[in-house]
Amino acid sequence: MSADTTTQTTAQGTAQAPAGRASHAPVQPGVPLLSVQDLTVGVRPSRDRTVSIVEGVSFDVEPGQRMGIVGESGSGKSLTLRAIAGLLPKPVEVLSGRVEYNGVDLLAMPAKKRRTLMGPEIAMIFQEPMTALNPVVRVGDQIAEGPRRHLGLSAKEAGELAVSMMARTGIPDPARRARAYPHELSGGLRQRIMIAMAVSCGPRLLLCDEPTTALDVTVQLQVLRLLEKLCDETGTSLVFVTHDLAVVNQTCSELAVMYAGHIVESGRVKDTFRQPRHPYTRGLLESAPDFDRPDRLLIPIPGFPPNVADRPEGCPFAPRCGYVRDHCTESVPPLAEVAPGRLAACFESDRLTEVLA
Amino acid sequence: MLDRFRFVPIRLLQSIPVVIGVTIVVFFMVHLLPGNPALTILGQTATPERVAALNTQLGLDKPLWDQYFIFVGRLLHGDLGDSLTYQRPVFDLVAQAVPITLSLLAYALVLSLAISVPLAALAATAPGRVRDGLVRVFTLLGQGMPQFWVGIMLILLLSVKLGAFPVGGYGQTPAEHPYYLFLPALTLAIAMSPTTIRSLRASTINVLGADYVGTARSKGAAGVSLFRGHVLRNAAIPTVSIIGVNLGYLVGGSLVIEKVFAIPGLGSLMINAIFARDFPTIQAVALFVALFVIAVGILTDVVYTLIDPRVDLSSKERA
Amino acid sequence: MTTAAVATATRAMRRPARSRSLKAWYRNGTLVAGLVIVGLLVLAAIFAPLITHYDPIKQDLQNALLSPSADHWLGTDKYGRDVYTRLVYGARVDLRIGFLAVLIPFVVGSVAGALAGYFGGWGDTIVMRIVDVFFAFPFYVLVIVLVFVFGSGEKSIYLAIAAVSWVAYAKIMRGELLVAKKQDYVVAARLGGMSHGRILLRHITPNVLSQALIYAMSDIVLDILAIVTLGYLGLGIAPPTAEWGSMILDGQEFITTFWLQATIPGLAVVVTSLGLSLLGDGLSDLLSPERRK
Repeated sequence: MSADTTTQTTAQGTAQAPAGRASHAPVQPGVPLLSVQDLTVGVRPSRDRTVSIVEGVSFDVEPGQRMGIVGESGSGKSLTLRAIAGLLPKPVEVLSGRVEYNGVDLLAMPAKKRRTLMGPEIAMIFQEPMTALNPVVRVGDQIAEGPRRHLGLSAKEAGELAVSMMARTGIPDPARRARAYPHELSGGLRQRIMIAMAVSCGPRLLLCDEPTTALDVTVQLQVLRLLEKLCDETGTSLVFVTHDLAVVNQTCSELAVMYAGHIVESGRVKDTFRQPRHPYTRGLLESAPDFDRPDRLLIPIPGFPPNVADRPEGCPFAPRCGYVRDHCTESVPPLAEVAPGRLAACFESDRLTEVLA
Repeated sequence: MLDRFRFVPIRLLQSIPVVIGVTIVVFFMVHLLPGNPALTILGQTATPERVAALNTQLGLDKPLWDQYFIFVGRLLHGDLGDSLTYQRPVFDLVAQAVPITLSLLAYALVLSLAISVPLAALAATAPGRVRDGLVRVFTLLGQGMPQFWVGIMLILLLSVKLGAFPVGGYGQTPAEHPYYLFLPALTLAIAMSPTTIRSLRASTINVLGADYVGTARSKGAAGVSLFRGHVLRNAAIPTVSIIGVNLGYLVGGSLVIEKVFAIPGLGSLMINAIFARDFPTIQAVALFVALFVIAVGILTDVVYTLIDPRVDLSSKERA
Repeated sequence: MTTAAVATATRAMRRPARSRSLKAWYRNGTLVAGLVIVGLLVLAAIFAPLITHYDPIKQDLQNALLSPSADHWLGTDKYGRDVYTRLVYGARVDLRIGFLAVLIPFVVGSVAGALAGYFGGWGDTIVMRIVDVFFAFPFYVLVIVLVFVFGSGEKSIYLAIAAVSWVAYAKIMRGELLVAKKQDYVVAARLGGMSHGRILLRHITPNVLSQALIYAMSDIVLDILAIVTLGYLGLGIAPPTAEWGSMILDGQEFITTFWLQATIPGLAVVVTSLGLSLLGDGLSDLLSPERRK
């Protein structure tokens, strides 16, 4: 701990803030850090027609909590994250819903004010560090950009902060490496740079879009451990989007499973993995390889996820579901509590009692 | 870091065969004319004695290749011969004209960027919309306009009708030059802009869709600061090559423009020399221009290497 | 679908489907517009005597420098010749020479470049050095000098342009061939025992010719601009033949009083170039839509 950091007490303990930063708006007691309410994201091909890609997504993230969002490609998990960050690609927009950060709706905020939050309060880590870093700017300068803008640091101070951030993320010889360009570094180092960049302003919420997917397996574990360590030290909340169940198991305490733009199940990771309450979750677990039990037969889920444009009536998973009954295709099952702290969007959830070893 | 620039001496060496080729072309330009060059220079009315004298004087009685080597030998000593019209060393004439033309070109380059960058940005940030279409119309029209005609139109509008700028000439004092050069530089800038805008627009659209722009936005960057800090430098990379190529083409255009505006640069020198059949001057200007283009090519690569830290031209295969 | 794929898919949903096949060429707005403009110009040039009333060359000094009127739609020049008539007849000259001037460089350059790219080796090196030498000279410098050397007149223009323009085609075709010869279908043909000649003619050429054709369109524009510029400099088509460049030169004298005479021929060039550019862009869309900029 260097002498010139100010400390700030939160509900979780002590968080270290870099020198010169303005203190966060205090966390409202009793209010989750992030509350996504009935978020619907999609496109508007014409003025009176909308096509939703993500529908009615709701979840809360408490301070210090680590939540994983799991789903296949096309489930809408990335778009959900981007909607929270305000980084949706051009034709896609938020059609309805609220995204409350510390009690305030981000979507209703004027863009300029929202931008002031990006960095000091909310930060994002992207999947592919090679393309997510500006190829013509030195990595040290890229890390320093946020602190310079949001914390009012001078170029020199921000540069020093960048080097210390790089050291915190375990980059060897950080002072020299700070002058490197992205293409001169390995994939693992680049992702550490991204992490250093994201935490440089001390955000309270870290949004991660498959940050380890593009990395070698050996490096993945290191990066995950790094993220965990940083979040533990600073009490930062994590929303971790991935398709890899093992990663969620390792890093997160809560999880939400998405399918075809809906959340189909949510709850604590351990409980959900032990006893999934939605057929899709169960299918995922049964089809995922497990190093601890190499002999277990993998059971793939038959069929394909529906196309954005032609979703079936009723439950989106019905066409592929082993537990399907007539009422499943008549209306969309709501996300309802099936056990304390566990939600599932399935009419037949009670039939899923099997405990997976 | 500096070893990324080791391609420069290699490139200079690689240019030597091209330079030799250029001297061959320049030399033979004159000898392509049917008949005796001396006769051509002096015209049909010259007496045989005068023709014979000029023949010997110009060394035209020697075998062609000998003449070439003498030519090259003189070149290496900086001797470009004497102008037939002015009876002065061509080198002096060229040396006088070069700064004028170079300043015209530099001026045109600056004006061209001042036009192109904002227009390209306007178009790229709203592709497919009205302002993009307008920019596209501008580039289409600009590419189709004869440069000298654009110059005349500018004279018409800004000199004749508005009286804001002089009709031609270069001015007397250094302070007057920028004023006199404005219209010709603007003409060249308009000629140069369409290709620059097209390239910059395309690369800006590419960059705007890139992941790292998303990253910058996630740090709260937007608007002009986003543009300046992240977009422009990346978008400029492919455009630098285009500008380099354009500059070479522009030198040719400046030839005619100097005639339109009566600027005493290389262009006027060349054109007047052509009509006066002043071969040494024609050769010298052609040679200088070609060398300039080659130099610009290497310079473009240097700038390219400066802007893009990824590129390493030393190992690149010859395109 | 990934986030990016979603974005592109939904963007496509918004616009009507763009036809790409040859059969639907008439749906391509750019191509049609280009064809219409160029078509009208060509027709005007061909049927010049039908749409004009005066002799483009004959002088009529009593009627010199008249303002536009019902008799003379665009007025008369300093020799009393009807400007509108000269404009239309000028199209004959500039369009014809522009189109014809492309032919030789197109053929010679493409063949040279293709052979250089395909066979490589010393031939390639030599051709490329020659190309480099020519590229060192700005287009106008060489053309002007060559036209001067060959003497003014139509033939010189063809020669000069041919001598200078072929290099661009050579470079393009060489690039295309370098890529094409590595394609699977070529390798397969070689393995199957096909001769080089057959491969080049039957297989590669149809695929790469489109690039040279597209460049040729913009080259025609370049040539027309060059012809007009030469005319302005007094190096091109000799007076009294009606030609847009020399018309602008004539008009420049009277820029303060009869500015129409210098302006109109230039506008004619602009319209011609516009039509040809649109045609070229449309053709580019048609022949190689995957290379859209």
